[in-house]
Amino acid sequence: MSAKETILNRLRHRAGGQLTAPAVDFSVLQRPDWTTAEKLDLFEKAIESVHGEVHRVTADGWIDRLAEILQSRGARNLLISGQHDLGTRLREAGRDDLPDLLVYDEPVSSWQPTLFNEVDAAITSTRGGIAETGSLILWPTVAEPRLMSLVPPIHIAVLQASELYATFHQAMLAQNWAAGMPTNALLISGPSKTADIEQTLAYGVHGPKELIVLVIE
Amino acid sequence: MSSSETVSQPAAGVHAGHQVDVRDFHNRARAAIHNPKIRQNFRKAMDGLMAKRTAAFEGWDLEALRDLGANIRLRALANLPDLLEQLEQKLTANGIRVHWAVDGDEACQIVRDICVARGAKRVIKGKSMVSEEMELNHYLEARGIEALESDLGEYIVQLADETPSHIIMPAIHKNTAEISELMHEKTGTDLSNDVEYLTASARQQLREKFMNADVGVSGVNFAVAETGTLCLVENEGNGRMTTTVPPCHIAVTGIEKVVPRLEDVTALLALLTRSATGQHITTYFNMISGPRKEDELDGPEEVHLVLVDNGRSSIYQDDQLLDTLRCIRCGACMNHCPVYTRVGGHTYGTTYPGPIGKILMPHLIGLDEGRHLPTASSLCGACGEVCPVRIPIPDLLVRLRQESVDGDKLHPARVPGHGAKRGRAEAMIWKGWSWMHSRPGAYRFGTGLAARFHKLQPGQLGAWTRFRTAPKLAPKTLHEQLKERNR
Repeated sequence: MSAKETILNRLRHRAGGQLTAPAVDFSVLQRPDWTTAEKLDLFEKAIESVHGEVHRVTADGWIDRLAEILQSRGARNLLISGQHDLGTRLREAGRDDLPDLLVYDEPVSSWQPTLFNEVDAAITSTRGGIAETGSLILWPTVAEPRLMSLVPPIHIAVLQASELYATFHQAMLAQNWAAGMPTNALLISGPSKTADIEQTLAYGVHGPKELIVLVIE
Repeated sequence: MSSSETVSQPAAGVHAGHQVDVRDFHNRARAAIHNPKIRQNFRKAMDGLMAKRTAAFEGWDLEALRDLGANIRLRALANLPDLLEQLEQKLTANGIRVHWAVDGDEACQIVRDICVARGAKRVIKGKSMVSEEMELNHYLEARGIEALESDLGEYIVQLADETPSHIIMPAIHKNTAEISELMHEKTGTDLSNDVEYLTASARQQLREKFMNADVGVSGVNFAVAETGTLCLVENEGNGRMTTTVPPCHIAVTGIEKVVPRLEDVTALLALLTRSATGQHITTYFNMISGPRKEDELDGPEEVHLVLVDNGRSSIYQDDQLLDTLRCIRCGACMNHCPVYTRVGGHTYGTTYPGPIGKILMPHLIGLDEGRHLPTASSLCGACGEVCPVRIPIPDLLVRLRQESVDGDKLHPARVPGHGAKRGRAEAMIWKGWSWMHSRPGAYRFGTGLAARFHKLQPGQLGAWTRFRTAPKLAPKTLHEQLKERNR
C-alpha cells in the first residue's frame, strides 16, 4: 500500500466513527461601513505603527513626490516594470530628477547578482489595501515579478485610496479570490523585520528596510 | 537540592534533538531553574509577549473569534481525508507535485530524492517545525547535502548546534551578547551588542546563500483545499526568499494543516499573529498556488508539497485526543505557561516544548520516553484559556496522565507506550483504596484503625514532605466526630 493509501485509510476508518462538522460564523470579523477617508486614516495609522511610511499624493503629483523620496535616500536607481502602466509612465515622464530607471524585463537568472547587490529601490502597483491591519495586497504578475517587492532595500508601492478595504476578509470576498489564485499572492504590512535577537526590533533583515506607500487620493 | 554540582551542569538540552534523552527532564529542569541567564531571558520575553497579546486583542470579541477559530479547525478535521484529496487534486492541477509520507524518515527521503533528481547540493530553509520534527537537516547533511536555516533565530540556533527553544522565537534563550560571541566565532563578524549590525551581517551572509541555493525548503501555516494554496506567515522575508529565489521549492507540512476554504485563513491569521507575538498581522502573508508560469520572470520552476503524517492519523482516531490536531502553532500556550517560563524550551528535550509539546510529543515518541511530559504542569489552566482554537490542553494532560498508568477503563488507552508509569505497588494501593471505599463496613474499620494508630504515622513522606509538612491523621474519624456532636 502506498503512503497515501495508508494515511487515507486510517483517516477514513476512524475508530471513533464519523465526525460532524460544526457551523462557522464569520460575523465577528465584520467592521463598520467605514468611508474611504476613515479607511485611509486607519490604514495609515496601522502601517506607520510597523515602520511603514505613507505619502498622500494626487494622480498628477505622485512622480514629483517619488523623485523627492528617492533623492532624500540617495537612491542611485529605481527598478520599474517593463509592461505595467506605472513603469511606462515613469519612462515616458522624461524627468532628470529621477535616478536611473532599471527595467525588470528578463528572467531573473540572467541578472540575479545585479538585482541582489546593485538595485537600491523598486516601485510596484498594488491590488488594494486593508485598513484594519495596514496591509498592501500584491498579486505579482509577468509585468511586476515577485522579487521587485522583496530584494531591493527600498520598496515603494502605489495604492489607490479607492481600493482600500476594511478587512482581509472583505477584500478577499469583494475580489472573489476563491475563483482562482495567482502563482503568488501577498499581503505586505511594513518593511521586513525581526525580533529574533533578544526581542529587539531590527528592520531589513531579508527583505526591504523601508516600505513607502504612495496613496493616490 | 541546590548542590553546586547541579548548578554547574551544562545548560539543559543544548544539543541536537535526537541526542537528548527526553526522560532526563527532571535533571534538565533542575539545571535550568538554577541558571539565572535562562530564567531572565525567558521571563523577560514571556512577560512581554503576554502583554502584547492582550493589547492586540483589545476591541475584539475574543471569545467569538476563538469560537470561529475552533470551529474552522474542527470542520477541517471532520472532513480531513476528503480535504486532503481535494488539496492534492487542486495542487496538482496548479502544477504543484504532492507527496505523502507516513513518518519523518519517509518525508526526509522524499526531500532527498527530489534533491538528488535535481543534482541539488545546497538547500536553504525557511522556518518549519515539521522539518525539525523530521530532523531533516541532520538527515540531509549525513547524505552530503548542505541544509542552511535562513530565519535569523533558526540561523543562530544552527550556528550554535542547538535546537529551537520556542516554536516562534527559536533563539529566545540567548541574549545579545551570547549571539554576538557566537556570530563572531562562527562567521567572523565583529563583537558588538548592536542588534542592527548583527542583523545586517546575517542579511549579507544569507543573501549569498539564497542566490546559490539549489532548493528552498519551507513549512506551511495553512493549506487551502478549495484553491490549492499554501500559506506562509512571516516577518523577515526569508520565507519569501526561500520560496521564490531557488529554482525548486519543497514545502513540508503535517496533514492536519489543511483548511477547506480560502476564507478560513482570514480568521486563523487574525488569531495566529495576535496570539503568537501580539502583532495585528505579520509583515508578510505569502500565498503560493503554483510554480513559475512560462512567461513569468521569477519564482521556482518546480514546487513540491510533502504531506507528513508522523503519528497524526493515530491521534485522529480518538475523540478526545483529536483536539490536539486543531493547533495552529502560535506558541501562546508556552508564553503563558508558568512551567515553561521557568524551565525554558530545551528542558523538555522535544521538538515542540511547553503545553502543546506536552500533549503532542507523547504521540510522536511514546509515553514511555515522554513519561514526564504530561506531569510537567501545575494544571493551572492558562494554556487552555489563551489557546486561539480552544484546545482543552489541561484536560488532555489529565488524559495522558491516565494513559501513562493505563488508568481509566472508560477510555481505551491509545497512545504508544501507555501504561509505562504503572507501578505494581501504586496499582495495589489504589485497588485497595477502591475496594475499601465501596464497602462501608471495611471503610469504617480501616479509618477507625488509622485513627487509633495515628501516632505511628511517619513524619516524613518522601518527596512530598521535602517542601511541605505532612498531613496528620485525626485521632478520631469523621464518623466518630459527627456521632459525638449529634449526641
